[in-house]
Amino acid sequence: MIRFILIQNRAGKTRLAKWYMQFDDDEKQKLIEEVHAVVTVRDAKHTNFVEVYMLAFVVMHYFPPQFRNFKIIYRRYAGLYFCICVDVTDNNLAYLEAIHNFVEVLNEYFHNVCELDLVFNFYKVYTVVDEMFLAGEIRETSQTKVLKQLLMLQSLE
Amino acid sequence: CFYFRLTLSNNTSLFLQQAKYISTCIDEIKQELKQDNIAVKANAVCKLTYLQMLGYDVSWAAFNIVEVMSSSKFTYKRIGYLAASQCFHEGTDVIMLTTNQIRKDLSSPNQYDTGVALTGLSCFVTPDLARDLANDIMTLMSHTKPYIRKKAVLIMYKVFLKYPESLRPAFPRLKEKLEDPDPGVQSAAVNVICELARRNPKNYLSLAPLFFKLMTSSTNNWVLIKIIKLFGALTPLEPRLGKKLIEPLTNLIHSTSAMSLLYECVNTVIAVLISLSSGMPNHSASIQLCVQKLRILIEDSDQNLKYLGLLAMSKILKTHPKSVQSHKDLILQCLDDKDESIRLRALDLLYGMVSKKNLMEIVKKLMLHVDKAEGTTYRDELLTKIIDICSQSNYQYITNFEWYISILVELTRLEGTRHGHLIASQMLDVAIRVKAIRGFAVAQMATLLDNAHLLTGNTQRNGICEVLYAAAWICGEFSEHLEDPMQTLEAMLRPKVATLPGHIQAVYVQNAAKLFATVLQKHEGETDSQVAQETSQLLIERLPLFVQSANLEVQERASCIIQLVKYIQKLQQKNVEVADEVTALFAGELNPVAPKAQKKVPIPEGLDLDAWINEPPSESESEDEKPKSKAVFAKEEPKHSRRHTEVDEKELARRREVRKQEQANNPFYIKASPSSQKVFDAPGVEHIPVVQIDLSVPLKVPGMPMSDQYVKLEEERRQKDKADKKKKDKKKKREKRGKGRKADSGPESEEDITPAQQVDIVTEEMPENALPSDDDDKDPNDPHKALDIDLDKPLADSEKLPVRTHRPEVLKSPAEDRENESIPQESKKKSSKEKKEKKKDKEKDRKRSKEEKKKKKKHKEVEEELMESQPEEAVQSEDTKEMAVPPTSAEASDLDFWLSSAPVPPAAQVRSLTLSPPPLLIPLSVCRVVNERLFCISPSGLSRFLTSLCLFSLLFTGLAHFCLFAYACFS
Repeated sequence: MIRFILIQNRAGKTRLAKWYMQFDDDEKQKLIEEVHAVVTVRDAKHTNFVEVYMLAFVVMHYFPPQFRNFKIIYRRYAGLYFCICVDVTDNNLAYLEAIHNFVEVLNEYFHNVCELDLVFNFYKVYTVVDEMFLAGEIRETSQTKVLKQLLMLQSLE
Repeated sequence: CFYFRLTLSNNTSLFLQQAKYISTCIDEIKQELKQDNIAVKANAVCKLTYLQMLGYDVSWAAFNIVEVMSSSKFTYKRIGYLAASQCFHEGTDVIMLTTNQIRKDLSSPNQYDTGVALTGLSCFVTPDLARDLANDIMTLMSHTKPYIRKKAVLIMYKVFLKYPESLRPAFPRLKEKLEDPDPGVQSAAVNVICELARRNPKNYLSLAPLFFKLMTSSTNNWVLIKIIKLFGALTPLEPRLGKKLIEPLTNLIHSTSAMSLLYECVNTVIAVLISLSSGMPNHSASIQLCVQKLRILIEDSDQNLKYLGLLAMSKILKTHPKSVQSHKDLILQCLDDKDESIRLRALDLLYGMVSKKNLMEIVKKLMLHVDKAEGTTYRDELLTKIIDICSQSNYQYITNFEWYISILVELTRLEGTRHGHLIASQMLDVAIRVKAIRGFAVAQMATLLDNAHLLTGNTQRNGICEVLYAAAWICGEFSEHLEDPMQTLEAMLRPKVATLPGHIQAVYVQNAAKLFATVLQKHEGETDSQVAQETSQLLIERLPLFVQSANLEVQERASCIIQLVKYIQKLQQKNVEVADEVTALFAGELNPVAPKAQKKVPIPEGLDLDAWINEPPSESESEDEKPKSKAVFAKEEPKHSRRHTEVDEKELARRREVRKQEQANNPFYIKASPSSQKVFDAPGVEHIPVVQIDLSVPLKVPGMPMSDQYVKLEEERRQKDKADKKKKDKKKKREKRGKGRKADSGPESEEDITPAQQVDIVTEEMPENALPSDDDDKDPNDPHKALDIDLDKPLADSEKLPVRTHRPEVLKSPAEDRENESIPQESKKKSSKEKKEKKKDKEKDRKRSKEEKKKKKKHKEVEEELMESQPEEAVQSEDTKEMAVPPTSAEASDLDFWLSSAPVPPAAQVRSLTLSPPPLLIPLSVCRVVNERLFCISPSGLSRFLTSLCLFSLLFTGLAHFCLFAYACFS
């Protein structure tokens, strides 16, 4: 199950944060900072997976042991990091693929997406997320279907 | 533009400007929210959502969000729901107000309204909302539009978590959705059931045939991955399922091109193989296939695949170490990888790959990596892994403990490690439990103490100076092995020691006394008692430093021991022999205690700590009686206490003032100084600049052992051993390496390597009649625990979801609601579907009675089968039967039938017994609490008591022996 989806730029500014589990505001900010700190120092030589122990600070201070069973799967596109936090037992490659799928949909929807698109249309990005993920699960994987729905929703406004 | 301004201002120098900008923004938003225009309001809420994302608190606008949510226009509604899903949580009180609004939206004719409401609900559903809306969402699961069905199915999972009672009534419909015509809905249902089953797999075993069908028919890799993962969770409970799975999974492994699917298949095959008894001939092919595929992954240039390959490999390692060990070269290569997580995975694998033969070689390689390692975290991880590898299963793989001690000593030279404590406990453990090594260990520890200045640089908690704790203790406790106790004693009393953490100083002081005893013992009887007297003099000179310590423990021990030494010095001057009595202080062997021993102390029968010892006075009585019978005292008491407090407040303040003044005027009063050590410092010492020498290469300490040396020696020894075996008559050669080498008589290991020392590993002590148990640390707050519900039982009427009625009040207290549930409601609004369901239930009830008869028959059959196949397991057949055929479930017997098409070896069935989840050990956890309360004695208090007892008894030397042993235990 997905715990949160995060899009950050290289400076650590949040571009999207969708939480599928209850976190305090404090915890959220700490997690965002920690994820940024861990992810930005990794390069092509590193895996796209971040294990819990790398987030030592947040994990030790905020989560009791039974909540430490997660990992972060991220992918970098230009200056943006797309991170998905999932259970330890989940399939890394599947979620890596899910991120790519998501980015492709964004690219299609915004016609060559860039960071500013995400800033100005942040509520639309949330709609895209909601169309593709729901309640911590991958809801729709077909790009055509998602895009069709998104266009329908847009036409309602 | 608002969003753009926020983007630009992420420069740190603009931080203040940004804060100012945002506060003006928030003021602006507040103004906008006050307006009646819904468009303006919605825009303001939208901005707030953005601010919330950036981490600003917007909880104050919760009510406005609800307002926007209830707008009839979709555009605004969507903004409202987005804001709610981002900002609301269980503690938000306005959520209560939304119930009706959400219900209205859910049943809206516009599917997008419904969709938006569902999406929002998935984020902020609370137990109350879940209870009130469960039925509505369940109805939506059979909506005409797949778009809504899909969402409703996924949200049910959240509802289950918040309102577990809804699982049983909703489950039949959820199951239906597995065969929904729309593949999206199907995959949603698979997702939800997989998520549920992963937490409580045994309740979902009956769905296995259905999932099997899905697996063989589906072509959607996303769904396949989920299903295969689910099977991975189910197989440990039902090994027969695993047998059935192997073939389709191997086919998939061969055919698929998707790495994610391949990886999942390999993982589940591994799970299957683990659940099946190993050694089955036809499975070695599957293992080989898995290992081979994983090797391809590990060799891939893609770091992700490499990492996952290693991860899966470590799972195989547990059951089939042999097939992994042949890839040692590959795994050692991964230790050089640039990514830390890959290296760590490789380390995990190495842990399982060591044997007596290759331990030294592997550890040597790891030590090289320790030297090369850049980050402290990775170096620390290496350190712990080295220790883990060496110490695993009671030092099973160590053949030469001298080598191990020298490795530990080498590890102390790591800079900036946080695992000083770990190394220290290893040193202690080895020195205590391997008797033959003590002589060597003591010599090494003495050098460590002598070179303590190298280790004291890092005085932080768990820093490397912790090692000195172990060193001091070992030198003290086994001081009879010391060559020059006088020198070690001198090293332990250097003024520098006072900079160490308190608990280490305490051990120093205590063990200085032990060494003192040894020195006395050594030199007693000599005509010239110079040395003994010098030693007493040394102690008397140096100990006052510790008496002044800020640490209570150190102070106390030091002052006790200094008195003791003074007394002994007096006796020495009278030429009285005291050595025997002083050594008696520390007589007796200290044995290690198992870490769980305390927990395992059984609870005495009939002990109930919660019971009152005396009957508690009833409250009403005491209130009535006080004014009557105790009137005399009742008047006095309050007065008395009031006077007391007056003294406390006024008097104390005044007295304190007076005292301060007195102290200020008194030239003999030493004013408070920040630390006691400063008194000793010459004036102006602080001003002398101290040059920090940053040594990149740790200084080589003379006398420190190089572990390599031992590796060589060990190799020579092994060769010699081999040679010895050939020429058995030349036995004297074996004695060449002296020391603790008595291994010749010991049993030979499977690999023909005899340990260098007679490894007499002292086992840890456990209390008598300890309770055998594996206490699993299950979290009582885990929400998934509530979902552990038997889903195959037919639904009772009382369990039906509350259907909404026409009653005006929406907000009901939970207690009321539960009452309503139990009373069968007259539901006019029940949809036709629900009626159908009820019919089904009735049918089921009818079926059940029939089934029970059938089941009895079946039980007998199974029993007979078992008796035939394996008569010696007859005792366990009762449980086996329960596993194989869960009672009261029609589906389960279907499952049985489905599975029985593949013949089952009885061994596998019996194995399922051992894998079944352990029963909840509630009584045990209770007794643990009791025990901890019972036997929790403060150690420092006890040691103080014993210390005084000890001194006292020294004066009456006859009495000494009995309490000294107790004292030694606590030193």
